[in-house]
Amino acid sequence: MVPESFKYAKSHEWIDPATGKIGISDTAQDQLGDMVFVEFPEVGEEFSKGDRFGSVESVKAVSDCYLPVSGKIKMINDDLLAAPEIINHEPFENGWLVQIDIKDPAELDGLMDAAAYEKFVAEEAAKH
Amino acid sequence: MRRYIPNTDADREAMLKEIGASSVEALFADIPSDELLGRPLGLPASLSEPDLVALMKQLAAQNASADDLTYLLGAGCYSHYIPSVIDHVLTRSEFYTAYTPYQPELSQGTLQVMFEFQTMICQLTGMDVTNASMYDCSTAVAEAAMMAGRILRKRSKILICRTAHPEYRAVTKGYLARIGMDYEEVGFDTDGRIDRAELAGKLDDSVAGVIVQSPNFFGVIEEIAIVADAAHEAGALLIDAISEPLSLGILKPPGEQGADIVVGQAQSLGIPMSFGGPHLGFFACRQKFMRQMPGRLSGRTVDHDGRPGFVMTLATREQHIRRARATSNICTNHQLCALAAAVYMTLMGKEGMRELASLNLLKADYAKKQLAQRGMQPLFTGPTFNEFPVGLPRPAASVNEALLEKKIVGGLPLNRFYPEFDEKAMLVCFTEFSSAEAIDTFCEEVTR
Amino acid sequence: MANIRKEMEGLVLEEKLIFDRSRPGKKAYSLPKSDVPETPLNEMLPEGLLRDTIQDFPEVSEVDAVRHFTRLSTWNYGVDSGFYPLGSCTMKYNPKVNENMSRLPGFAQTHPYQGDDLSQGVLRLMFELSEYLGEIGGMHSVTLAPAAGAHGELTGMSIIRAHHERAGNPRSKVIVPDSAHGTNPATTATAGYAPIEIKSNERGCTDPRAVEALMDEQVAGIMLTNPNTLGLFEENIVEIARIVHSKGGLVYCDGANLNAVMGVARFGDLGVDVMHFNLHKTFATPHGGGGPGAGPVGVVEKLAPFLPIPTVEKNDNGYYLNYDRPLSIGQIIGFAGNFGVMIKAYCWIRSLGPDGIAAATKNAVLNANYILARLKGHYHLPFDRVCKHECVFSDAYQLKHGVTTMDIAKRLMDYGMHPPTNYFPLIVKDAIMIEPTESEDKASIDNYIDAMIAIANEAQADPDLVKSAPHKTKLSRLDEVQAARKPVLRWKKED
Repeated sequence: MVPESFKYAKSHEWIDPATGKIGISDTAQDQLGDMVFVEFPEVGEEFSKGDRFGSVESVKAVSDCYLPVSGKIKMINDDLLAAPEIINHEPFENGWLVQIDIKDPAELDGLMDAAAYEKFVAEEAAKH
Repeated sequence: MRRYIPNTDADREAMLKEIGASSVEALFADIPSDELLGRPLGLPASLSEPDLVALMKQLAAQNASADDLTYLLGAGCYSHYIPSVIDHVLTRSEFYTAYTPYQPELSQGTLQVMFEFQTMICQLTGMDVTNASMYDCSTAVAEAAMMAGRILRKRSKILICRTAHPEYRAVTKGYLARIGMDYEEVGFDTDGRIDRAELAGKLDDSVAGVIVQSPNFFGVIEEIAIVADAAHEAGALLIDAISEPLSLGILKPPGEQGADIVVGQAQSLGIPMSFGGPHLGFFACRQKFMRQMPGRLSGRTVDHDGRPGFVMTLATREQHIRRARATSNICTNHQLCALAAAVYMTLMGKEGMRELASLNLLKADYAKKQLAQRGMQPLFTGPTFNEFPVGLPRPAASVNEALLEKKIVGGLPLNRFYPEFDEKAMLVCFTEFSSAEAIDTFCEEVTR
Repeated sequence: MANIRKEMEGLVLEEKLIFDRSRPGKKAYSLPKSDVPETPLNEMLPEGLLRDTIQDFPEVSEVDAVRHFTRLSTWNYGVDSGFYPLGSCTMKYNPKVNENMSRLPGFAQTHPYQGDDLSQGVLRLMFELSEYLGEIGGMHSVTLAPAAGAHGELTGMSIIRAHHERAGNPRSKVIVPDSAHGTNPATTATAGYAPIEIKSNERGCTDPRAVEALMDEQVAGIMLTNPNTLGLFEENIVEIARIVHSKGGLVYCDGANLNAVMGVARFGDLGVDVMHFNLHKTFATPHGGGGPGAGPVGVVEKLAPFLPIPTVEKNDNGYYLNYDRPLSIGQIIGFAGNFGVMIKAYCWIRSLGPDGIAAATKNAVLNANYILARLKGHYHLPFDRVCKHECVFSDAYQLKHGVTTMDIAKRLMDYGMHPPTNYFPLIVKDAIMIEPTESEDKASIDNYIDAMIAIANEAQADPDLVKSAPHKTKLSRLDEVQAARKPVLRWKKED
């Protein structure tokens, strides 16, 4: 189950419209496997929707992370520096990556809601 | 040619039968017939092993070698004694016929050697982390410059001192040009060190890294801390290159002087000159830049049962995973040379490195004094390690011809790389092989 | 399966880090006595430049050092230990005489700046080796300078760049098939190009139509591997070259798999403009646990002026290093490349001669097809057609029992054999890529195949046995996650 109140991108990032926190979904962490490293942007950096802001790494794969909506980095999740495995265990809670100031809330409307994202994941799985 | 191809005719026949092919040629039917070579290669006929050995000895005999001549030639490639142990370890074929250690359970020997090599290079340079080695120093300098560009993404210029080895500069310039980074040189002062005023003038917020070599191409020991401070003040990184790592037996390591990246050539550490290759590059940096480093890394971990062991790690930096966005296209190191260096450093140890470095310095110092007595001074006033350029009373090339008669290969005519010097300037190098007799002969010949 | 000859029953030596053998006062070195007057260190150099002792550097005896490294070597597996069928790596036998020849003092103790006159034997060897490679590849000129395959790729792509720059437009993109080695996209980027990937067709080859659709005046060329990483000959290579050339592009061929066609076909005859040779694969120089190798690059005549300096040339006075080449891409490594490696490749070519080289190719291809024929049915074969020097299977059958390519690889170790290449090429899910080379005979290959079949049976009957392998190596599977999460890249005294 994915959190109802979040919005989702096709590249498997989620954003909590209430807090501006961004992470990767349970599906994404499952595909990548055991996380070993997170590459963060700098606090204060500004990105447009769809920009690469960092990456998450497992032993054998690296996946770029894209901002679902435009914004400025307000905070990064320091806990992941010492324990990136939190992403594997709690992708939607303590495994958040960055928190942003959302520049244009209207951009949220272009993202999938929970139901649409679950349908999208199911369709992707069926393809493989 | 059967000794390396063990299948018998009967083997081939049985295999073709299992495959269901009429002949070996039929296995090449997927190549259109007009694309086949259709003739034997135009190469010399095969040689027996004794004939090959005779030919190779004949070719080897056509070269001067440090086996029977004294070399006063350095310039980035040094004639040092190689302890017998090294080749006995290198010819353990479990080491030299193995591939890159992708299967750690079958490669713990190589992986532990890498880890020990990494440790000893860190200890020698005073740096936090190193990789498992590079091709050579020239490509390591180029990779370090590109790494500085990755760390400081908004800066695109590299400053390099003209006292860095001319070939390191040439290679670096080419690498940077291809990825669109700027390259600029900084001249040298009368002491043979980087021109600090010129450096200060060229340092601005476009500079990602400053590259200095120490001891530099003129053998002069740079004041790295001063150059590092200047670079850091301008927000740039300081990259130190070392072509004679033996110097670190006595010289203050760059890690204690503010270097951010240290690269070098470790040929002096138990690797034959071999006409310039294969040699060994090393690459060290500060902990915080670890993930921007190119090349292989061995890291410690545990096995399923909790026993300590080693694996290649941080592979996500590498080309086979990150592909076009890898830290480098490099996908190997010079592992067998790194093994040689690891054995060498182990044999020399804490005391041996210091003693040997001191001996090299002593020989060079003696030569300096002998030359001074004859009125010849080093071209620069800065302190030097085991080589220095000197102005001779006659052309370096003609001195070298005369020296050869005395079984000495003389130094490098400096104007080969620095046209501002005349043909009388020679870069000479003195190692543990330079006997007092050879040094005296050299001094006599140059004044003859 | 009781008749499979297991190639290992352990004798496992224990050995800690060299630093654990270290004791103050131990020595393993012996230096010549100084024959010049003693001078205190601080009179020769200012104190401020001097260091303290090298902290925690080893202090051991010669016996300690020899035992240490000898014991470590026993934890390794090399070609001399047994069959080593790593796909795309060409782990063939490394002849011993070649090792001895590279150590002749007249080669090993030569200085790169000692001058042409004092290096005629070295230069003749280099000159002739580049001619031999030119003949084998069908190339006009060859540089021996690159230190490795990836370095050869970079050299080759830099030559392509120089050619286009001279024509007025360096162009911006390079076509790279999805079956390419990971080095190819990384190299295009290092050469300042953006790689554009094209998918292989249903026959496992590069589709000329796909190339045609992408090819325009912004594309500098294509980087092909032939035979490709599926071990299949790129059957449309001539057509692809025609398409690329028609838009002014150039064709680069990665020679990693040259062992499949050497003496049978030549890239130069197929429209290739630039290629590299892997001396450490095809030409039997040892891999050394990860180098040194050498990656010479061959080019067609019109690209010869761009080759890196120095080139080895010949005139009435003999052989010489030529640095005076105004159109050259410049120097790509210090001095003249890995000469010590060149010696071994030269010896190999001279030992085999034209017949031996063709025989090597044919036996390598025969061996690979034999493996393909015998393992088909036991392992999933995604492309069932005649292969060249290697064949690619997958774990699709075994996966039903939860057994993966990785498990199969690890289980092979319990039989005392080296695994094939795993999970490459990427276009086959969970690939198992087997390259036997010409160095194995039928008996050796049969034993390997029997072990592979035994593992396929174990995967059904006792999957846990396979999934928990290896059981007989010094260490069981290593924790790569811990290694990457908390990297420990060096020893420290407090550890």
